[in-house]
Amino acid sequence: MAVGKSVNRVDAMAKVTGRAKYTEDFYHPDMLVAKYFRSSIAHGRVTAINTKKAENLDGVHAVFTYKDVPENKFPTAGHPLALTEDHKDAADRLLLTRDVRFMGDEIAIVVAQNELVANEALKLIEVSYDEYQPLILPEDILEENARQIHEGSSNIVGEHTYTFGNDVDQAFEKADHVVEGSFRTAMVQHCHIENHISHAYMDDLDKIVIVSSTQIPHIARRIVGEVLNIPLSRIRVIKPFVGGGFGNKQDVILEPMVAFLTLKLNGRAVQINLSREECIIGTRTRHPFYIDVKTGVMNDGTIVARHMDAISITGAYASHGHSVAAAGGSKQSSLYPRAATSFHARTLYANTPVAGAMRAYGSPQIIYALECATEDAARKIGMDSVEFRLKNVARQGDINLLSGKEILSCGLADCLIKGRDFIGWGEKKKEYEKFKTGPVRKGLGLACLSYASGTYPVCVEIAGARIALNQDGTVHVMVGATEIGQGSDTVVAQMVAQTLSFPYENVLVVQAQDTDVTPFDTGAYASRQAYVVSNAVFRAATDLREKILDHAAVMTDIDVAGLDIVDGNIVDTRKSAQVMDMKTLAIDSFYHKERGCQLTAEASFKATTNAPVFGCTFVDITVNIPLCKIKINRMISVHDSGVIINPVQSGGQIHGGAFMGIGAALSEELLIDPKTGYIYNNNLLDYKFPTFTDVPPIHHDFVETFEPTSAYGNKALGEPPVISPPPAIRNAVLDATGLCINSLPLSPHTLFTAFKDHGLIDEKGGDNV
Amino acid sequence: MTDGHFRQISFTINDRERRLRVDIRKSLAEVLREDLGLIGLKQGCGVGECGACSVMVDDVLVDSCIYLALWADGKQIRTVEGEARDGKPSKVQQAYVDEGAVQCGFCTPGFIMATTSFVEKCKGKNVSPGDIRKAHAGNLCRCTGYQNIFTAIEKSIESD
Amino acid sequence: MFDISSHKKAGSVKEAISLLKENPDAKLIAGGTDVLIKLREGKKQFSHLVDIHGLKELNFIKKDGDNTIVIGSGTVFSQVIESDIINTHIPMLVDAAQSVGGPQIRNIATIGGNICNGVTSADSASPLFALNAVVSVKGSKGSRDIPIADFYLGPGKVDLKHGDVLTAIKISSENHDHAFGCYYKYAMRNAMDIATIGCAVNLKTKNGRLQDYRIAFGVAGPVPMRCPRAENMARGQALSSRLIEDISQAVTKEVTPRTSWRASREFRLNIITELAKRATIKALKRAGEELP
Repeated sequence: MAVGKSVNRVDAMAKVTGRAKYTEDFYHPDMLVAKYFRSSIAHGRVTAINTKKAENLDGVHAVFTYKDVPENKFPTAGHPLALTEDHKDAADRLLLTRDVRFMGDEIAIVVAQNELVANEALKLIEVSYDEYQPLILPEDILEENARQIHEGSSNIVGEHTYTFGNDVDQAFEKADHVVEGSFRTAMVQHCHIENHISHAYMDDLDKIVIVSSTQIPHIARRIVGEVLNIPLSRIRVIKPFVGGGFGNKQDVILEPMVAFLTLKLNGRAVQINLSREECIIGTRTRHPFYIDVKTGVMNDGTIVARHMDAISITGAYASHGHSVAAAGGSKQSSLYPRAATSFHARTLYANTPVAGAMRAYGSPQIIYALECATEDAARKIGMDSVEFRLKNVARQGDINLLSGKEILSCGLADCLIKGRDFIGWGEKKKEYEKFKTGPVRKGLGLACLSYASGTYPVCVEIAGARIALNQDGTVHVMVGATEIGQGSDTVVAQMVAQTLSFPYENVLVVQAQDTDVTPFDTGAYASRQAYVVSNAVFRAATDLREKILDHAAVMTDIDVAGLDIVDGNIVDTRKSAQVMDMKTLAIDSFYHKERGCQLTAEASFKATTNAPVFGCTFVDITVNIPLCKIKINRMISVHDSGVIINPVQSGGQIHGGAFMGIGAALSEELLIDPKTGYIYNNNLLDYKFPTFTDVPPIHHDFVETFEPTSAYGNKALGEPPVISPPPAIRNAVLDATGLCINSLPLSPHTLFTAFKDHGLIDEKGGDNV
Repeated sequence: MTDGHFRQISFTINDRERRLRVDIRKSLAEVLREDLGLIGLKQGCGVGECGACSVMVDDVLVDSCIYLALWADGKQIRTVEGEARDGKPSKVQQAYVDEGAVQCGFCTPGFIMATTSFVEKCKGKNVSPGDIRKAHAGNLCRCTGYQNIFTAIEKSIESD
Repeated sequence: MFDISSHKKAGSVKEAISLLKENPDAKLIAGGTDVLIKLREGKKQFSHLVDIHGLKELNFIKKDGDNTIVIGSGTVFSQVIESDIINTHIPMLVDAAQSVGGPQIRNIATIGGNICNGVTSADSASPLFALNAVVSVKGSKGSRDIPIADFYLGPGKVDLKHGDVLTAIKISSENHDHAFGCYYKYAMRNAMDIATIGCAVNLKTKNGRLQDYRIAFGVAGPVPMRCPRAENMARGQALSSRLIEDISQAVTKEVTPRTSWRASREFRLNIITELAKRATIKALKRAGEELP
C-alpha cells in the first residue's frame, strides 16, 4: 500500500545533491539579461523619458519603454479562462506603463549583455513625472474626490455581499450579547527563496519557448498569447524545478515580457532574474485587510449571528483583486455553518505594491478576524474557549449554506480535542492563573480554520494524467499538476502505485512541466492538486491496470477475472501464485510481433465538488512585558485533511504553514511610508521572516477522515496550516495579558504601544509589576 | 572589458585542482556557477542574508555571493556537488532525504553545506538543540519551518 | 558581478598603505561583508579596492607582557568566539561576536571592519566602548593609538584618513582584569539582524559594592556611546535592586535614540531601560555577585 506511507520524495535525491535544475540553471550561451527601469515615485504620470544614453552604452542591445509595448491591457491573475463576464479578472495591466501606480512600477526595460551593463544603463535613463498624491490609506482612497488610480475605473475594484442562514438582523436582536471588534492585518510577502525568474527564446522563426519558475504553466501560456496576440500553440512554457511559490507564482509576472523581448530580438534568449529587492516590491504581496466583526451570542454559548465588513487593499493593480476577499469570506460558511451570517467586502486599488495570491488566499485575514471575534464572544459569556468552539463549529452532515452542499467529512471536533489534550489545556490554564500580573505573563490560545479543496464552483477544476508502461516494467506518469516543492509529484506517484499495485519505486513521475507535452491542468494553487488530480490519476491508473491484466490474460490464457497485480507482478489469484513479473509482460506487449501494443492510459477529469477541510492551532506562550516579546512555549496544529497520503511530507506542509503563520503573527510586515509609498524593508535583513533560531518546535497531528469525493479520501492541505496560528497567538496574548490587540503582526512595536496605552509599561519606561 | 579584469588563480574544487582565469569582478558564486558549471549552489539574495549559496572554503562555511572569486586562490573549495561519493550520498544528504527535510529544494544545497560544516566541527562534542539552531541561522528556508531539517541535522550528528 | 574597476592585493599593511596612497579613490576591503554589498548597490566610491582579505599580519589575538589583550583588526568574529583568551578574559566580546549575523557572516566579517564602518549598531562597538579599548592605526606617517570613543567622529565617520589602516584593538589590563561584563543585544530576530539597541556593561565589584561601572549603548545615539553620569552615580554604590533600577533610569537621561522606521525613540528608550538592568544583572552574575 503506497497511500498512507511516508515514502521519500521522488525528487529529494536530486535536490540534496544539487543536481535538480531550476530556471536559472539552464544555460544559453548567447542569453541576454533584461532589467526593469522602475518608477521612483508611487503615483504620477511620465511626462518625458529619454533612453538615448542608455541605448548608446556599450553592451546594451535594446531599451524599450511604455511607448513600445502592445496597447491591450491584460489580467495577470493565474485563473483558468472564465467563460462568463462576471468571473473575469480585471484587465488593467500593460507590459510597461506610462501611468505610475506604485513605487517600483515598470516604465522601461533594458536588455544588455550582462547585469552590470544593464544596471549601468538604468542609471542613464532620464525620466520626468507629473506627480500625484499617493493614495495609501482606505480613507484617502475612498474619499469622494480621490483621483482614480486607473483612469476611468473606480478605486473600488470589487464589492460583494452575502448572507446565509436566518435573518441576520433579527438574530442580532435576539442575541443575549453582541460583541464587536475591529481588526487589521499586515502586508506580508511570500519570500520564496528562489526569486521570480523567466527566460524565453525562439525555437524557429515563430515559436516561443518560455522557461519559467511558475505555478501555472498552462495559464501562463494562454495569457502570453493574449498579451502578444499570438496563437497559443506557438507558445511553449517549460517549468523546471521551482524554488517555492506560495501563490506569488500563480500570477503571470515575467513571462509576457520575456516573450515580448525575444520576439523583438529575433528569437535570442533573454532572461529576467529579479533581485530580492525587486521581488519583494515588484511581484505580489498578501492583501492587507481592515475588518469589522460583530458577533451575536447566547448565554448558553450558541453563536447566533455574525456580521463582517472587510476592506481589502489590492495595491496598484488588481491581480487576483476581489477574488481574494471573496474566497476568504466564503470560508465562514464551512467553519460556522449554523450562525446567521452576513458579509460585505470591498477591494480597493492603492498606490502600494500589488497584492495577489498568497497561501490560503484571503482566509488568513478573514479567519484571523473571525477567530479573534469568536474568542472575544466566548470570554464575554465566560465560557471555556474550547467548549465554545465545540458547540459552534461545523460537524459532518452540516450544510454549507453558501454552496448548498452537505459537509461530507469533518473531523474538527476531534481536532479540537486532540489539540486540547496535547497542550494540557485544563492544567495549564490553572497553572497560568498565577501569571496574569507582573513582567512575565503566560497564556493559552486557540483558533480554528476551514478551507476548501480547490476553486469550484468559482472556476473550472480540471486535471489530467497520462501513464505509460515502460519496457522494464516500470511506469512513467505525466500530470499537469505542478510540483513547486509542495510534494505533488510524490503523492501522484503514491496514488498511481496504489491503484496499479506497483512498488512505489517503479512509478516515475516526469518532473518538468512542458505545455507541449504534459496533460492539461491549471496548476498549483487553492490546495487543489492532490484533491483534483486524484480522480484523474485514479481513472488513468485503473484503465492501465485493466489493460495490463487484459494483456496478461492474452499471454497466459488465464481468464482475466482470475488475474491480479500484486506488488508489481502478475498473480493468478485462484492459485495464489505469481504468473510473471511486470518486465516480462512489458517486453511482450512491446515486442511480440502480433499481439499487444505500448500500454498507456490517459484521463482528464473535471471536479464538480469541493471538499472543505478543517483544523485548529493551540498555543502556549509567555509574554515578556518590558521586552515586548512573545515566546511560544508549545504549539500544535491538528488538521482534518481527509486521508493522509504521506504523513511525513504532510507534516512538512503543516510545519511550513504554521511557520509562515508564526511569522505573520509576530514579525512579518512590509513597512510603507504613508506619505510617499516607499517600502522601507525590501530585503531579507529588514523583512523579518523567522530564522532557524526564531521558531519553536512545531507539533502537528491529524484527524483522518475519508472524503468520498476524492479518489483516495484526501482533501486539501497545502495552504490551510498558515491560517490558524496568528489568531491562536493573538488569543493567547489576550489570555496572558487581558488585552485584545487586534492588529498584526504582534511585533514588539505593536505590543509596546498596546502595553503603554493600557498602563502595563509606564511613561518612564519602567514596567508596572 | 579589459584584460585588467582577469587574473589567474588556482584552487582545489571538490578535491580537484583547477587553474582558472577569473574575472576580478565576480563573486565566488558566479565563478562556480558560470565558469565551472557547479549550479548546485543557489542565489536567493546576493547579499549574504539567505545562505542558499553557502559553500566551504578551507572547511569554513561562507556565503559565496559575498566572497570574491579571487579570494579562492590557493584555497580548497567544497560545494554540494562534491559531497556524494561513489554514487552514494553523504550521511547528511541521506538524512535530509530520509527525514523529509526537503521541499522546494532551493535552500537545500546551502543547508547541506551548513550541516556538513557543523557536523565536522562538532564531531565528538555534545551539541544542544540551541547549538543546532544557531549553527543554521544563516540559512533561510521558507517551506519547512525548519522542523524536518532540525531532525535531519540531529540524525546527521548521531554516530554510526 | 561587482562593479570593480581595480583590485590590488596587499601582501602587508605597509603595502596596503602605499597602495592606498597611490590611488586616492581606493578603499580597503577585508571581510567584504559591507564593501561588497555597497558595490552591489551600485556605489561607485568602492570600485577601486585595496585588498587586505585574510592578511595574516592582521589576524591574531594575543596577550601582551603587560596583560594587554590585542586583537588584530582582520580577526573574524568566529575567531573571537573560539579564542581562549577572549573567552577567559572578555566574555562580553564573545556575547557580541555571537550576536553578529549568522555563521557565514561571522566566519568572514572582521572586527576591524565592524568598527571602521562607523555605524552605531555595530555589535562589537559598545563592548569596546565599555572596555575603554584603544585602536591602533597605521598610516604613511607612522602609527597612532586612539581611544575608541575618540575614533568615532559621527555616523559612518571614523578617525581614519586616506591611507590609514586600522591594525589592532587593544584592551589594557585594568579594563579587563577582574572586570566582568555582558553584552545584551535586542533585535527583532535572534539571528541575522541588526540591533534595535545593544547594551554593554563592564564592572568590577568589591565588598558588595560597584568598584567600577561602565555602561555603553549602540543605537542609543548617532554613534556608540557611554553614559558617564549614570556610571559616576553607580560607582561606589552598594549592590541592590534599587541601584539597578536607578541606573536604568539614569541612562535614559544621557541617551539620545531617534525615531526611525525601524523603531520609535520611545520604544528604544523602553528597551534601553530594560537592557541596562539585564546587562548589569548578568555582568554581576558573572562577577559571582548576587543581589541582596
